Amino acid sequence: MGDSTTQALQPPLLQVVGVRKHFGATRALDGVDLEVHRGRVHAIIGENGAGKSTLLNILSGAIRPDGGSIRFQGLSYHPSDPLEARQRGIAYIHQEISLCPHLSVAENILLGAEPRRRGWLDQRKMNQRAGEILKLFRHPNLTPECRVADLTLPERQIVEICRALAQHPSLILMDEPTSSLQRSDVEKLFEFIRNLRDSGIGIIYISHFLEEVREIGDEFTVLRDGKTVLSGRLQDVTDANLITAMVGRPLQEFFPAAARVSTSESVLSVEGLSSGPGVHDASFNLLRGEVLGISGLIGSGCTELLRAVFGLDHADGGSVSVFGKPLALRGGPQTRIAAGMGWLSEDRNGEGLALTLSVADNISLTNFRTCSHGGWIDLAKQRQLTKQCADAVNVKAPSMTVPVQFLSGGNQQRVALARLLHQGCKVFLLDEPTRGVDVGSKKQIYELIASLARSGNAVLIVSSYLPELFGICDRLAVMSRGYLSPARPIDEWTPETVLQAAIGSDVNGTSLSGAIPG
Amino acid sequence: MNASTIPALVSAPKASLLRRWLRILGPFLGLILVIGIFSVLSDNPGRFLSAGNLRIVLAQTVIVALGAVGMTIIIISGGIDLAPGSVIALSGVVCALALRAQFPPLLALLAGVAVGGTVGLINGLSITILRVVPFIATLGMLGVARGLAKWISGEQTVNIPDTWLNSMAIAFPTPSWLLVAPGVWIAALVAVFAAILLRRTVFGRHVFALGSNEVAARACGIHTGRLKLWIYSIGGLLFGLAGVMQMSRLRQGDPTVAIGVELDIIAAVVIGGGSLSGGKGSILGSMIGAMIMAFLRNGCQLMGWPNYIQEIIIGGIIVLAVAADQLRTPGTEA
Repeated sequence: MGDSTTQALQPPLLQVVGVRKHFGATRALDGVDLEVHRGRVHAIIGENGAGKSTLLNILSGAIRPDGGSIRFQGLSYHPSDPLEARQRGIAYIHQEISLCPHLSVAENILLGAEPRRRGWLDQRKMNQRAGEILKLFRHPNLTPECRVADLTLPERQIVEICRALAQHPSLILMDEPTSSLQRSDVEKLFEFIRNLRDSGIGIIYISHFLEEVREIGDEFTVLRDGKTVLSGRLQDVTDANLITAMVGRPLQEFFPAAARVSTSESVLSVEGLSSGPGVHDASFNLLRGEVLGISGLIGSGCTELLRAVFGLDHADGGSVSVFGKPLALRGGPQTRIAAGMGWLSEDRNGEGLALTLSVADNISLTNFRTCSHGGWIDLAKQRQLTKQCADAVNVKAPSMTVPVQFLSGGNQQRVALARLLHQGCKVFLLDEPTRGVDVGSKKQIYELIASLARSGNAVLIVSSYLPELFGICDRLAVMSRGYLSPARPIDEWTPETVLQAAIGSDVNGTSLSGAIPG
Repeated sequence: MNASTIPALVSAPKASLLRRWLRILGPFLGLILVIGIFSVLSDNPGRFLSAGNLRIVLAQTVIVALGAVGMTIIIISGGIDLAPGSVIALSGVVCALALRAQFPPLLALLAGVAVGGTVGLINGLSITILRVVPFIATLGMLGVARGLAKWISGEQTVNIPDTWLNSMAIAFPTPSWLLVAPGVWIAALVAVFAAILLRRTVFGRHVFALGSNEVAARACGIHTGRLKLWIYSIGGLLFGLAGVMQMSRLRQGDPTVAIGVELDIIAAVVIGGGSLSGGKGSILGSMIGAMIMAFLRNGCQLMGWPNYIQEIIIGGIIVLAVAADQLRTPGTEA
């Protein structure tokens, strides 16, 4: 190819060698190598937690690496803050949209770089400059004068991208830019990215969706466990190669031995459940004594599905029954708890625990009946009962009265699990139960889940970590873009087929994930 | 303080125990400091610390203290109520009108308290059903209740016949074995009851959970809407009771009384360790907060300092108290 010779002559736009970063005991990045060239779209691929976002945060100056070297435009590059990264010519388009909704499109695009005349804002020049950038997108409804609050989500995404362009960057970082876009807007975005690429700008593109990566990317780098495991040109590899590189890790041997007692008695049955934009027509049966896993990438709708089942989000349609008894779709969590359902949030600090309350209070929060009489709490009994539950999951706390905020992340997660034990539920909905806990705690959580199932409970577990799903589940279903596949016995899945279904990729000519919304 | 910014890695149980004691003792130390400073400054420390003066200070504290009990529950739940000043005026006027209409004093007292409870219930309804944030809902009620008080009183003070209800705030009560004003005993009883309610009942735990993490509270099956109705209603009942005390002290119903008292009440709770972001606070702390402010006022009066000096000092104390509280709390940023 002609451009490969010119590429060889030019030094890379961005060169990352052996970059490392750890947070506490977690190694987020453990030796990442990356080369991005001018006028190319470089896709970074990897599972959740592989280190993609950490890498972008380092490149955009939000966090500093612990080691390794980065060169940008031939010069050493170690930005101390996002402003310096921007001044050096690196623009970061975040996954979440961060616009000021009350300001106009032009004000948002030129925020911090407003054209001035003798200290006064030059409104006309501002609208004119913003208009020039917007023209690249050819979006009829989008004018510089619009208020951002009145725009749709894809339109806001475009404004976000225009804001990055206003700084005349030579490298643009895009973190899942299509996650909130419809297909037609995705095509516009891609056309736009190609225009940028052809004008000589380098682009780093992160996406979970392989077909998207194939459509827009030139080169790729696969990250796994914070390391670069494979890189090259996309046209030289197959989807199967990429998926193997992403998964490619032996299942750890610390999963409890399967001693399945699953019956055919359905304890939780969900039919045609739809909720908001995230969940479409989901159906499954959870049997007594089994562990049913749901796998999906971030944003696939797994969390939303659990929330709708538990009554935290209002479902739009479908039915949920526990032990054959139908529950009101809009009944709220209290009806679920009364029916014997327990829920563990993926967001422990945000919606799981009350951090300023004591361990004992947090554990008994869903069920004060065990230790109260006529509304009066028997404090000694509360301490005793919650201590039993805390000990059952090995909570390490100086006392039951210490506020949860002083415990480590792993211990906080155990408190959240102890709450479910104390609640006495029979149907466990666990959303990412091992998120943010160390390996030792993970093992204990797996053992707890297995023993819960053995003793006749039913466990539904949502996780983005494939090895644990393969280690503890009896059956598995995969969620992709809001659609849930039928649940199948775990032996019928391989990590590769799960990932294919989750990504919506079509490797063998048959799509496992079923319908994909257009 | 923002609970989510606390690094979970810091596990220092010993230090946290020390901090908890500091949190409990902090307001106490503040109170002792205030009393000490005025004893030194005053030419006549004996007068400031005399039993007589203490009785006066306590009698002056009753209204803010009763309000602070209600406000503590509301603030722990993560809410705020700006209407107490107006509610005090309204319930005082209602109570006075009932007395003038020859109702028995006990019935008049209950009428005043009930009016406060009704106002609180309406606040709760506009917060839960109309989904107006507490600040705005109660800011609106501040105007509505004040207007109602003026309306039903014909914009005039309501004089009342002489009954036992007039002696609630007398610093030197007639059966001398009472030692302090009857209102002080009532406030103390109410405070003890509220402290037990918060510490020892399921309701109290739910109030703390609501203020600490409303999303988690909902996910734990707590009826957060119903809970808020109870919280604001109980707060209202106590503001109503404070209004009756106010009327008793003035010996008339005055629709223009207690303007700005809500800020004193909120200040008492905050000085006592309450956090406006919820989940934190104690009745004991708030009572000490109320006394700190009463001693400050009284001390300034004894020193002969003008009113504006008092206002400046109290304003400064509020900010310092919260700043000290931030220092005692680990890992938080402003």
